[in-house]
Amino acid sequence: MTRNIRMTRYIRHAACFCALLLVALLVNATRIQVFQAHSYDDNPANRRTAIARYGQPRGDILVGDAPVTGSKDTDGRLRYERTYPRGPLYAPVTGFASQVYGTTFLEHAEDDLLSGTDPMLSAFPLWNDLTRRQNPGGDVVTTIDPAAQQAAYAGLAGRKGAVAAVEPSTGRILALVTSPSYDPQVLSGNDAAVERSWARLNADPDKPMLNRAVRQTYPPGSTFKVVTLAAALDAGVVTDVDEATDSPDPYTLPGTTTSLTNEATGCEDAPIRAAFMWSCNTVFARLGVRVGVSDMATTAARFGFNDTGLGIPYSVAESTFDVSVDKAQLALSSIGQYNTRATPLQMAMVSAAVANGGQIRSPYLVERTTRSGGATVSTAGSRPVRQAMHPATAVRLKELMEEVVTEGTGTNAAIPGAIVGGKTGTAQHGVDNSGTPYAWFISWAQGERDLEPKVAVAVVVEDAEADRGEISGGGDAAPIARAVMEAVLTD
Amino acid sequence: MTKAGTTVVRADPPAPAVRLPRRRGIELALIVVAVLLSVYGYCAVGLARQGTVPPGAAGYGAGLGVLALVAHLAVRYRAPYADPLLLPIGVLLNGLGLVLIYRLDLETPGDRAAPTQLVWSTVGVALFIVTALFLRDFRVLQRYSYVCVAAALALLVLPIAFPAVNGARIWIRIAGFSIQPGEFAKVLLAVFFAAYLAANRNALAFSGRRIWWLQLPTGRVLGPIVAIWLLSVVVLVLERDLGTSLLFFGLFVVLLYVATGRTGWIAVGLLLASLGAVAVGWLEPHVHSRVQDWLHPFATIEAGQGPNQLSQSLFAFAAGGTMGAGLGLGHSILIGFAAKSDFILATAGEELGLAGLSAIFLLYGLLVERGYRAGLALRDPFGRLLAVGLASIVALQVFVIAGGVTGLIPLTGMAMPFLAQGGSSVVTNWAIVALLIRVSDSARSQYDGEVAA
Repeated sequence: MTRNIRMTRYIRHAACFCALLLVALLVNATRIQVFQAHSYDDNPANRRTAIARYGQPRGDILVGDAPVTGSKDTDGRLRYERTYPRGPLYAPVTGFASQVYGTTFLEHAEDDLLSGTDPMLSAFPLWNDLTRRQNPGGDVVTTIDPAAQQAAYAGLAGRKGAVAAVEPSTGRILALVTSPSYDPQVLSGNDAAVERSWARLNADPDKPMLNRAVRQTYPPGSTFKVVTLAAALDAGVVTDVDEATDSPDPYTLPGTTTSLTNEATGCEDAPIRAAFMWSCNTVFARLGVRVGVSDMATTAARFGFNDTGLGIPYSVAESTFDVSVDKAQLALSSIGQYNTRATPLQMAMVSAAVANGGQIRSPYLVERTTRSGGATVSTAGSRPVRQAMHPATAVRLKELMEEVVTEGTGTNAAIPGAIVGGKTGTAQHGVDNSGTPYAWFISWAQGERDLEPKVAVAVVVEDAEADRGEISGGGDAAPIARAVMEAVLTD
Repeated sequence: MTKAGTTVVRADPPAPAVRLPRRRGIELALIVVAVLLSVYGYCAVGLARQGTVPPGAAGYGAGLGVLALVAHLAVRYRAPYADPLLLPIGVLLNGLGLVLIYRLDLETPGDRAAPTQLVWSTVGVALFIVTALFLRDFRVLQRYSYVCVAAALALLVLPIAFPAVNGARIWIRIAGFSIQPGEFAKVLLAVFFAAYLAANRNALAFSGRRIWWLQLPTGRVLGPIVAIWLLSVVVLVLERDLGTSLLFFGLFVVLLYVATGRTGWIAVGLLLASLGAVAVGWLEPHVHSRVQDWLHPFATIEAGQGPNQLSQSLFAFAAGGTMGAGLGLGHSILIGFAAKSDFILATAGEELGLAGLSAIFLLYGLLVERGYRAGLALRDPFGRLLAVGLASIVALQVFVIAGGVTGLIPLTGMAMPFLAQGGSSVVTNWAIVALLIRVSDSARSQYDGEVAA
């Protein structure tokens, strides 16, 4: 009997031990499922985030009223794949949304909205945390004008180059084209073909995935003379554009024996009006030196040079104007050479500033974002404005740019029945300027019945195929700019 | 002592005047609840996945219901005083296991495990019924204790002749079925341990030298414990089955303690166990890697090789959170191999959440508690030890595998009782429940108003 009583006690001890095991399991389960759950959920090796992300169709990116993206149900573990019905045309706008390589451009900048994780999409705060549900992806409506985009893409016709067009009064980006382009759809999905496409696109010497309109800087060449002249007019270095300048031809760069020549003739002592019309390097190089590096840098910065923070919403490469230069370098910088580099979008902004009375509206690509049902989540609203130059300077520059198109180097850009202003550029580059020059054209246009200019364009063509002598802003780039402007004006 | 004496005097005269209620109605009601819950789970999976109630829902429910009902009738007929909770818990856990396996089958259309599991469940319930009907008195088993241990050893040795599967030699394949004989050996060993200890506990209780508060066992009786320890190590080394080895040893230590009350046994047991574990951990790469995985579950991720099974299992539990993703809506299949067997709990954790997981743990806890309660209520030492042993098998097994997949202890391959895919396991668990039913029937029918004293 004694033993039995004892055994009862031992059984109770053993039961306590089992209870301890149970408590240990419960505590440990609570630790994992409640307290440490987030760190496990966020582990990059945990595929649940990706599964949820691709478990529903992604929101669309719209141009005009029509989506330029789509979603394909693959029935795989990462279920929906991105499709791009007009991939190459809109690649610099949309970017890609790859299940392997992530996202770029608008797909990246608006990812939270498109994938449905943006808290702005839910009806009530914390509602989704409670219901464990994800919102359907929202849509992104862009500012792109489909006609302008197509005109630009067709104009480049596969030649290496880029086009950027903005609406001067608002900063809306109307066209953003890069060429050669690629179809982002080849990067959707996660099979071996995607890896092959990725390797092929990255190895391609033409760099089709490079967004030349916003992520590549070029020496702007003579198109930069707009900035130089704006600086000279604002600083009072030039007061009368019809007064003869004291400019030698050729011009020996200060402090060197290097002499600068012109493609055009009649540049010696040419007044600013003629020098602008015929793009005299000597006149503008000397003008830049007379303005001085400080005023040149100030004006360039007002136009948006040396700005690292521009986003449309995705980041734009910094356009540069070197401020630590000697006089010879400043002379070259003032005609868009040396270390002066600009993205096509930056040069479109320069043109837009002239067209818009000297004011620059920060450019943007997203008009508004909506829920999948169409209700607006956010709109672009009014953009910050910056005075790039004195309004009188803008008026003067507008007049000079018009003359470039009516009787100067830019006649190819003329549109019957519309006021068009422009500036050509042919930029040297490479070691000892041995590279094929880039053909530039920047312009703006105002329809007969418009109150203000409707579009400002920058076109750059870097055609390695062409004969060096034939590359010129007026010949190669101006017709593309005209097609884009016509497309916008006839809308 | 005096209290026990008065009890006997008081309870003796007019025979069993204070008989306990039989509670068979409660058992039936709980079985209905268990079957309905399982059918609900089955429908929930279908609704979540295809948007419709799966076509087999009625058949599944009817099948499970008929099985449970026949088992209930067997209990009603042959073990009317049995604990009313044991059978419903078995039915619910088995039903839930079938739901989880069916749910995981949807992810692996080429490899369906639920139909086979249903067949094995039927075999298990059949064994339960046979046991309930024909094993009139569990004390009969005491006579066959040495037959049991011989059979257990034979079953343990058998798989060594068969090729290793996934690094462990614990399966034998006959006619397309793979069987884990070690599962059956558990019950046989529990019977043997209970019989051996009940017979020898007085001798074993003789204590040897005393060091501080530790009562060391005498050298003469150290033999059996060393023999069992060696058996565990042999199982471990030859079959590479850490879990079963741990289970046998833990079971023996628990029963030894309950039989003799010598803390020295526990000390010696733990010492031997840790010695064995350290030695084997060093020598056996299979075991060594398990320990490394436990200490550093994300090592493979950091090495760029992607998540291993344990980290996938932890991800699944974490994804479940408090309320779970809902049946059919988790991604525990990412665990890959063994998602339906060893890691089945991760699916429960992800889709039912901490709430569901705790409920499952508590069901096991209740099952163990009922076993211990039967042990407490009995007077016969063999019966007490048998009940405690069987309940401890469930407790240890749940702890070893659940602790393993949740990263509490190093992972050892073992089946979650009733839930996991595996025929031998489900049949064994039904045998355990059948024996517990039998023991608890004896305990409650002899009840005399006092906890056995």
